[in-house]
Amino acid sequence: MLVYALQFAFGLFGLSLLMNILRLIRGPHLPDRILALDTIYINSLALLLLLGIWHNTMAYFEAALLIAMLGFIGTVAAAKFLLRGDIIE
Amino acid sequence: MTKLIPAPWWSAFLLCFWLLLQNDVSVGTSLLGLILAILIPLYTLRARDYPTTLHRPLLAVQYFLILLVDIVVSNLDIALIILMPRKRIQPALIEFPLDLTGSVPITILASTISLTPGTISAELGRDGRSLLIHALNVQDPEATVQQIKQRYERRLKEIFQC
Amino acid sequence: MTDLPQWADLLISFFIVLGASFAFIGSLGLLRLPDFMARLHAPTKNTTLGVGGVVMGSMLYFSVTDAFSLHELLIAIFLFLTAPISAHLLAKAGLHLELELNENTKDLRKKPEQYTDKDS
Repeated sequence: MLVYALQFAFGLFGLSLLMNILRLIRGPHLPDRILALDTIYINSLALLLLLGIWHNTMAYFEAALLIAMLGFIGTVAAAKFLLRGDIIE
Repeated sequence: MTKLIPAPWWSAFLLCFWLLLQNDVSVGTSLLGLILAILIPLYTLRARDYPTTLHRPLLAVQYFLILLVDIVVSNLDIALIILMPRKRIQPALIEFPLDLTGSVPITILASTISLTPGTISAELGRDGRSLLIHALNVQDPEATVQQIKQRYERRLKEIFQC
Repeated sequence: MTDLPQWADLLISFFIVLGASFAFIGSLGLLRLPDFMARLHAPTKNTTLGVGGVVMGSMLYFSVTDAFSLHELLIAIFLFLTAPISAHLLAKAGLHLELELNENTKDLRKKPEQYTDKDS
């Protein structure tokens, strides 16, 4: 049962990533692209957690946590740059 | 005591965070976590210029549980709007007059608004007395404002006594 | 993967499918909602529950097969704290750039200059 659930989830997350990339390409504005990137980060960290279950290892946990943190910092820096034209004032 | 542990909730949070990160509760990790939970607040206390006290901890727990339920509700809400084929959405930009003062309660209220059904906080007014909210699908903006006031702001006012 | 008891198998599968479905719906919303401010709603809300479901599944799986494990909660807590903040900053950026809104948006701002970010 879990095998099928995992395969189903892998498929859905793959489709989600494809849709996010489509939004990343289509734009039409910069904030849209930043939002798409942010969603890509979050979807890929969920995908990493699922991969950890698939391979029965906890080694991916730290990677997922790091993606969460760096993704947040990247989004904030990009949004801040759009707002002010500068990251650290 | 207040000299040694200036911010008890913060220390407790740090200890929990450390134990979760280690994923292990033994004497060694607990002791190291305890030392860190005391030293880090002492060292970074000077950077905290927003003194806030939690007056009603039990009410805060209740608030958190309400928030969890509302997150699930809001997810279903958004999912319905997205999956409805040709439903015309009616977005609105709403001004929300704030009764709260203090940066921590306002931050918590703004985050709550972003996480709960149909609304996102977009901007704090320049005078700090109102929030600009974007609502995804709203028929009656006044009712939305009243609901946020009744459900969240009243409780936050009680928790932080401001 | 190791063998699991029946109840754990079903419960973990349920949480994973739930999380994946919500993450999928969030991405779908990102693709098909009409304007930027509306698009902002879908990922910020649905990814919290999407990742939340996957995290619950992962926590249950490792608690059942290995030692008791809660550290995946950190990811859920972290996203729970940061999702509103990044949404707020992106909304600020969208307002600042004055992106066009969907035509039936009701703008109820009494004093729009109250919310501009320009130094005057």
